[in-house]
Amino acid sequence: MPFSEDTLTRLKADAAEITGRYPRARSALLPLLYLVQSEEGYVSDDGMAFCAEVLGITQTEVRGVATFYTMYKHEPAAEYQVGVCINTTCAIMGGDQIYAELAGHVAGAPGHEDAEHGDALGGTSDHGDIKSPDGKVALERLECNAACDYAPVVMVNWEFFDNQTPASARELVDKLRAGENVAPTRGPSRLCTWKQANRILAGFGDGQAADGPSAGPASLVGLKLAKEHGWRAPGAGESHHDSEAAGGSVEPSSAQPPRSDKETS
Amino acid sequence: MTDTLTPVLTANWDQPDSFTLAGYSRTGGYKALPKALAMEPDDVIATVKNSVLRGRGGAGFPTGMKWSFIPQNDGKPHYLTVNADESEPGTCKDIPLMMANPHVLIEGIIITCYAIRASHAFIYVRGEVLHVIRRLQYAVAQAYEAGYLGKDILGTGFDLDLVVHAGAGAYICGEETALLTSLEGYRGLPRNRPPFPAVEGLYASPTVINNVESISSVPSIIANGPTWFSGLGTEKSKGYGIFSLSGHVKHPGQYEAPLGITLRELIDLAGGMLRPGHPLKFWTPGGSSTPLLTREHLDIPLDFEGVGAAGSMLGTRALQLFDTTTCVLRAALRWTEFYQHESCGKCTPCREGTYWLVRAVERLESGKGSDEDLETILDVGNNIVGRAFCALGDAAPVPISSAIKYFRDEIIQHQKHGGCPFDPAASTAWAV
Repeated sequence: MPFSEDTLTRLKADAAEITGRYPRARSALLPLLYLVQSEEGYVSDDGMAFCAEVLGITQTEVRGVATFYTMYKHEPAAEYQVGVCINTTCAIMGGDQIYAELAGHVAGAPGHEDAEHGDALGGTSDHGDIKSPDGKVALERLECNAACDYAPVVMVNWEFFDNQTPASARELVDKLRAGENVAPTRGPSRLCTWKQANRILAGFGDGQAADGPSAGPASLVGLKLAKEHGWRAPGAGESHHDSEAAGGSVEPSSAQPPRSDKETS
Repeated sequence: MTDTLTPVLTANWDQPDSFTLAGYSRTGGYKALPKALAMEPDDVIATVKNSVLRGRGGAGFPTGMKWSFIPQNDGKPHYLTVNADESEPGTCKDIPLMMANPHVLIEGIIITCYAIRASHAFIYVRGEVLHVIRRLQYAVAQAYEAGYLGKDILGTGFDLDLVVHAGAGAYICGEETALLTSLEGYRGLPRNRPPFPAVEGLYASPTVINNVESISSVPSIIANGPTWFSGLGTEKSKGYGIFSLSGHVKHPGQYEAPLGITLRELIDLAGGMLRPGHPLKFWTPGGSSTPLLTREHLDIPLDFEGVGAAGSMLGTRALQLFDTTTCVLRAALRWTEFYQHESCGKCTPCREGTYWLVRAVERLESGKGSDEDLETILDVGNNIVGRAFCALGDAAPVPISSAIKYFRDEIIQHQKHGGCPFDPAASTAWAV
């Protein structure tokens, strides 16, 4: 449906801000596609026409770009896009099982659950999203999302849900469908909608940056160990290492690495 | 003697406000910036050159040398583009770095732009990490407010604008020329080199493209001096780096250490392998594009030379560990499928080759393969490597060819067994 006059006015103001960030306007195409996706939940023909008009290029040029990148949807997305990482580490740590169980659960048909380790569903090739009957949740397979130390990982609207199990992932989907708030593991205390997420991707913050932890537990394992042993980069104490502010009682120590006799080979 | 772990970039991550300007400044942040701005730009380049910092995005090219390729007084605008498109399977260091400590990256960007005489910089961050993007946007806004970005930075007359640019889901955009094409608003296809980006990069102007961790290392080098940095690490692989452990290990996560630490040491630090009775079987030293190694390689120094001598590459220090419950063919198939999915389609060897590789590896995995498939795979692989347009193609056959190198018998077992002899449930995080 073509945008209303009011919507167009608003979108044009946003578009002007986006193009203003770049030395050449064409660089604004990716954020502009996010902008129109934040309006409609997907990149529609009208959305592409808008981008083409803003940049003075053809709709075909816009479509060529929009279809290259997987984060642009070409049909209306669900309110919550649930992605299960099925790249190798997550898959092996249980992502395949999570995906297979969620596929049946989301579709409301258990038929998918016999997909042994994901391969029955076609590896990593695109099979489209599986939508819940109420349209609130859509399930998709994701490639590596750079959170391998939290495997298996599930993303909802591009927020991290770390260290998932089949049970926790089912519960997550149920809560989303019931309209209950769920908090990402490393992210704000309230999950935003798919449209809101796309607005942030277009470069318009939602004021939630300070929410959530600085880092998750796996991100801190090395630092914690270093503090326990008093390990630090030599001479960097003044500028980049601050044990006092951390409230740790770190003593300089000549402690050796913990030579455990655990089996490592 | 240097300590086992040397937190520098990760040192403030446990502070609840480490991602804010106040939090970063309290732990010594933005101290290197005035020091750098008081130097001649060429001296900043020389300092980074002398530190022997090598790129942390995988290839290990000397960072200072890359900067020195930018022609000066050429009348063209110069650009810095930070490659924050971290998407290499297994690689998970830049994302937590930008979430917890975005200002160290921003301080590095300002210093780098001053050195290469750039007044416009971009952080090309993968789109699939919403909270990291929030943190970057917030940190950039704070840096503008503090006068670290914008016009006449710290009264020096140096101007710099910094844009956070979200990618849109394409692994190929981590390839530096594809990244530039994407940043210009096109499909992310790689370009011919030469001309190299240092001469004709973004908008055909001189451009430096560096990884997040490389640029984030710059403030510590300026603050502490090049010999401080080069005093860490090994003979040809200087400094510290973040090592990311994932998979079948008790405490996966980020361990910042001098280059040259061994996997045996890292596994000890991480509390050992996940389950008793299931030792390490195979691992990647630096993401899926680096050939697999095995338990024979536990004691090689994890530096550029040591891993190279073992027949692999240091890559991004993304150590994905798999124990004996794991089918190597299942792992290799999934990575092979990944390269097929992410091939941009520009060149024939990669577009066609990745498709046929998947077909052959699938046959093997399902137990319907033959010895001929093994030969086909190696042949297809040889026809991609060196003939593809960019490094994605070169990497595509790596997982399966290295799996065949070390586990040929296991792969053949699939044929005899009529399928995979492994139980995937036994290798999950929740298996006992």
